Amino acid sequence: MIQKGEDLLSGGAAASAPAEPGLVGRGLARLRGRRFLVANILLAPTTMWLVLFMVLPLLVVLVYSFGSRGAFGDVVLGFSLHNYAKVFSPLWFPIILRSFGFAAVATLLTLAMGYPLAYFIAMYGGRRKSLYLILIMLPFWTSYLIRTYSWIVILRSQGVVNTVLTSLGVINDPLNLLNTRFSVILGLTYGFLPFMTLPLYASLEKLDKSLIEAAQDLGASRLWTLLTVTVPLSLPGIVAGTLLVFIPAVGDFVTPDLLGGPDQTMIGNVIQSQFLSTRDWAYGSALSFSLMAILLVAILLYVRKVGAEELG
Amino acid sequence: MRRRRDQRIKAKGLRVYVALVYAFLFAPIVVLVLFSFNNSRRNATWKGFTLKWYSALFGDSAVLDAFKNTMKVAIIATILATIFGSLAAYALTRYHFRGSSLYNGAIYVPLVIPEIVFGVALLSGFNAAGLGLSLKTVIISHVAFMVSFVIVVVRARMSGFDRALEEAAMDLGANEIQTFYLVTLPFMAPGIMAGALLAFVLSFDDFVITFFNSGVGNTTLPLKVYSMVKFGVTPEINAISVFMLGISSLLLLLTYRIQSGERRTVQEPDKG
Repeated sequence: MIQKGEDLLSGGAAASAPAEPGLVGRGLARLRGRRFLVANILLAPTTMWLVLFMVLPLLVVLVYSFGSRGAFGDVVLGFSLHNYAKVFSPLWFPIILRSFGFAAVATLLTLAMGYPLAYFIAMYGGRRKSLYLILIMLPFWTSYLIRTYSWIVILRSQGVVNTVLTSLGVINDPLNLLNTRFSVILGLTYGFLPFMTLPLYASLEKLDKSLIEAAQDLGASRLWTLLTVTVPLSLPGIVAGTLLVFIPAVGDFVTPDLLGGPDQTMIGNVIQSQFLSTRDWAYGSALSFSLMAILLVAILLYVRKVGAEELG
Repeated sequence: MRRRRDQRIKAKGLRVYVALVYAFLFAPIVVLVLFSFNNSRRNATWKGFTLKWYSALFGDSAVLDAFKNTMKVAIIATILATIFGSLAAYALTRYHFRGSSLYNGAIYVPLVIPEIVFGVALLSGFNAAGLGLSLKTVIISHVAFMVSFVIVVVRARMSGFDRALEEAAMDLGANEIQTFYLVTLPFMAPGIMAGALLAFVLSFDDFVITFFNSGVGNTTLPLKVYSMVKFGVTPEINAISVFMLGISSLLLLLTYRIQSGERRTVQEPDKG
């Protein structure tokens, strides 16, 4: 992670070394110039697309976030921080805290399910390894919306769980399972479990198994081996998995929208309603930028903390 | 000896846990498939097998229109993203130039921005540029988030390329363009195909970004499912869902076959 960061900062220092003097040097410089040109021609469509349809739109959101709502739901440009003050006001900030809380719980749950799963496939998969993997990839490839919807079929008052429990005589009145904190966290956990499992598997698969055997030959117990050898060695997978789950989970709006009620609103729902129903785009923009800024700080703190542990 | 038995016992505990996690992953999908064939509107008890929800689906012109829109968007966006992404992946693995590692890092940005932020940013961008929302804006948006996925997949394939093959072709008298068409491109092909399939599935299933950038009346299948769910759970939704799950699963299996074939071609020299 850290090395990659340095790589990013130096911007490919190796390629920008000064050309050697003399005839050979000039020839090399011209070759380098030609390569640079060809590379840029090949990259041009992607560069153009990402500048026009990612960088500029994000800048528009940034500009909007300092504006205010006009009389007809349009954005009046300006420079005011009142939208940001609103984001961090006691009325709205609890929603952001809730989003981070739900996402954190879901991330821990996916880790608790995904780690043993990935460990099993990597260590005991044997001949059926690719079957086990395909079964993880399948939910990863299928629609998140539909997988979320399937929990409505299971949890609603005439749903599968309530029908089974009623017919068994366990309950008389249907349980209220949908539109609860439980259903939203369940939905997030279910939705993002493959995002956790796949990077964990990738790093456990690469792990040198003789290190585990060595620890056990030297008398370490299974648990001790797991905690002091396997888990630290699979740390890159844990970091990648938690980020891949946590980031989309914080900003998710499908799960709280379908499986949650008014008390489970997350920041994604607020952004959506600001853009599509309340039509306060300026405030929605400030929410979007605040979300990205808080996420960025959280990720940096997390990566630094894990990185420090790895070194120490 | 004792340890062997320990290992088996431990693996047994792990096996049970893993079986439960798999059950958790697949129970909802099994429920959807089951109830899409259930002859009951109320949907929670089994009332016999029927195909009527599927036939209702194919008779529903709104669903068919949504399917047509979905395919149109997915096909055009996949072609664009695959061409752009493959060219970029080739450039990034082949040339090291000033800023290339910055570029290699920057392609991850669309993958880590929360989807809803990407969606509203595109909406704001189209609004600021005065572009009305239509299927065109949906296609533009899909290409923007898909191209990075294609680059990552194709770049992974390219990193296993042995440049000696190209040099051999040139030594045998092929020019640069012939070498590219006869040696480099065939090697890249499975990666390009896998990238295209992934891009297609991402576009086919996309809800959030489409939701913000499609405007009125340009419904795709995920948008149709969403609006139906908002009206209430019906067996027809289960049928559409199973149809969509089926398409995604088929494409995954296809990709898997391409990639396992790819592994074989890479391993062949070792065997000989």
